[in-house]
Amino acid sequence: MTTEHVRRTPAPPEGTYLGMPKFATNAKVQLGDNQLRKNLRNATGTIRAKRVARVAEVPEWEELRLAGEAIKNRTLRHLDAYLVQLEESLTRAGAKVHWARDAAEANAIVVSLVKAKGVDEVVKVKSMATQEIELNEALEEAGIAAWETDLAELIVQLGHDRPSHILVPAIHRNRSEVREIFLREMKLYGTPAPDNLTDDPTVLAAAARTHLREKFLRAKVAVSGANFAVAETGTLVVVESEGNGRMCLTLPETLISVVGIEKVVPTLADLEVFMRLLPRSSTGERMNPYTSMWTGATPGDGPQDVHVVLIDNGRTRVLADPEGRPALRCIPCSACLNICPVYERVGGHAYGSVYPGPIGAVLTPQLRGTSSEIDKSLPFASTLCGACFEVCPVRIPIPDMLVHLRHQVADKKRHHPGVEQTAIAAAGWVLADRSHFELAQRAAALAGRLLPGRSHLGPLPWPASPWTDARDLPVPPSESFRAWWQRTRGETA
Amino acid sequence: MRAEGLTVALFATCINDVMFPGTPKAVVTVLERLGCRVEFPLEQTCCGQMFTNTGYFDAAVPDVRNYVKAFSGYDYIVGPSGSCVGAVRHQHPMLAAHAGDEALAAEVDKVVARTYDFTELLVDVLGVTDVGAYFPHRVTYHPTCHSVRVAKVGDRPYQLLSKVKGIDLVPLPDADQCCGFGGTFSVKNPDVSVAMGADKAHHVLETGAEYLVTGDNACLMHIGGLMHRQRAGVRTIHLAELLAHTEGGAR
Ligand code: SF4
Repeated sequence: MTTEHVRRTPAPPEGTYLGMPKFATNAKVQLGDNQLRKNLRNATGTIRAKRVARVAEVPEWEELRLAGEAIKNRTLRHLDAYLVQLEESLTRAGAKVHWARDAAEANAIVVSLVKAKGVDEVVKVKSMATQEIELNEALEEAGIAAWETDLAELIVQLGHDRPSHILVPAIHRNRSEVREIFLREMKLYGTPAPDNLTDDPTVLAAAARTHLREKFLRAKVAVSGANFAVAETGTLVVVESEGNGRMCLTLPETLISVVGIEKVVPTLADLEVFMRLLPRSSTGERMNPYTSMWTGATPGDGPQDVHVVLIDNGRTRVLADPEGRPALRCIPCSACLNICPVYERVGGHAYGSVYPGPIGAVLTPQLRGTSSEIDKSLPFASTLCGACFEVCPVRIPIPDMLVHLRHQVADKKRHHPGVEQTAIAAAGWVLADRSHFELAQRAAALAGRLLPGRSHLGPLPWPASPWTDARDLPVPPSESFRAWWQRTRGETA
Repeated sequence: MRAEGLTVALFATCINDVMFPGTPKAVVTVLERLGCRVEFPLEQTCCGQMFTNTGYFDAAVPDVRNYVKAFSGYDYIVGPSGSCVGAVRHQHPMLAAHAGDEALAAEVDKVVARTYDFTELLVDVLGVTDVGAYFPHRVTYHPTCHSVRVAKVGDRPYQLLSKVKGIDLVPLPDADQCCGFGGTFSVKNPDVSVAMGADKAHHVLETGAEYLVTGDNACLMHIGGLMHRQRAGVRTIHLAELLAHTEGGAR
């Protein structure tokens, strides 16, 4: 990029995800943002309640979850065959299929397709895959402006911000912040917001509609993702709420869809299960307002130049690990984010990835590996409370997978032992054998006796400080249960 | 009552053994009151989940071996912790597989099937919900995550609490949200842990309860530690200790 390069679209924040510090450090910053805490509490609380109500209406919900899990498992088991079938079906239907091993390849394909059209802008349907590969920035560097058209993505883009939720990327913003962003930024990138803009959600949505309208009508190329790709027919599916996605999918001449290889489902009939699971799990609706399905190119109707870029970008590595594989079942519904007590308090930015929350904590370290500080810390960003598994429509055992990833991280550290390894080794020795344990118990009881009349300890220096900075610590009693049992009952075993 | 003469092996759990001996003592009191014979196999140490959940599977394997050694001779094993019982049932088979020890895996499967949370033993095995307890206080119950989602004790604690004489049991708002303890999470992510615990403590205070009761002392140590620092004036008590109280008893 030359210094004279003038950006076409709002610049995202400085820095990279991979350069972020560990989760606990990011979380501490986010926890201090009272506005964020309030926005998240309100938003996740509302959506959780809606989900519960809608799920309760379906008596066979557990069977549906099992069916969703089974279909995805079968697909993943034979992914190679289904992908070939998908390519054949797409080609037969008039779409051009491209394969991309990683983000760089995928971005290069999209850039060259757009350049071949001779245009310098695209409209975008909300898509996690293009976020993951950072397509917008790749296009920007090639002099192509990518306009987000999903309302929440638009708020994020105009706000020079990063998404913090997979379904509601601007969940961390409230409406007065959105008003300010629209007033400040819209005029720099197209139709300005009206001067009398209020923070009424309908007024804000109307401003976005006007701003986006000229972009929809002008665009020759659209870029989308897909929620599902049907191997049998080559049908792609986009599930959305606003209809902006459908504008992108129908108006331009060229449609480029960037699709992760895990999105494939075998047949159209399989969609029945997912279309019942997804809306109720994600927005707490019986059915989402817009479901668009297209099969290649239809002469005289909609885009005539249809491309599908199938991306791996780490997915085959995830697939190769039997413990990690279930993450590929994800149908990004975001129920696990909304229910997660950690996510609710820190928001998405602390996770240093486009995939935040519980699914992000298991997916990101698998896709990117665990060499950076942030990726190493993500498997530990959970209390293992299990709420995410309970709500996941495809039964991804996130807590078990977190434990599995923690093992991978701990195993890597084996050769560079630090404080934690020493502490674990000491505790391991204590608990490995009854006689060691009894010795340690006597030491603890002695500590208890040295602090007569104290039931709790207040603030202490490190290494106790992470606990005692905010919590008192009980003093061990002078007699353990075991000692009491032996004193009063004698040895019985 | 089927309790008469039933022999039960007590799995005290390491944290109760050292830090909260009143809880296993209360289990002994209640079970003996119901006519059980309680034994405490001294080979036991810990369920190992502190190691497992921090990623140190190898360090947890000796605990699995100790557990099998201590309890393989018993038909009924009871622990006053949804979390530790959950770890035994859910993680020990995985750890035995990790150790690559088939004999251990077979033993584990057997003991795991005979391991009960205290509330399960009372309600399912002994068939009692009224254990003769008396506790004339305003109480709120926090269903700890592992007791509900791993050990799956369901509404058994409520069944038991609702039969306690004199109790004023008040519902806890947002009861199903985690308190933020999370084992080593509490020190690896102390700020998030405390933020979650503060919300839990706030809800406890809202109820006007004198006592917060749970089936897991680790969670109580976290929520109680916060409330104690804040001089919140709410006491914490393990469910077993509450159930051990009788009319004319102490407190
Ligand atoms: S992991 Fe499950 S709950 Fe979370 S987003 Fe994916 S499908 Fe939804």
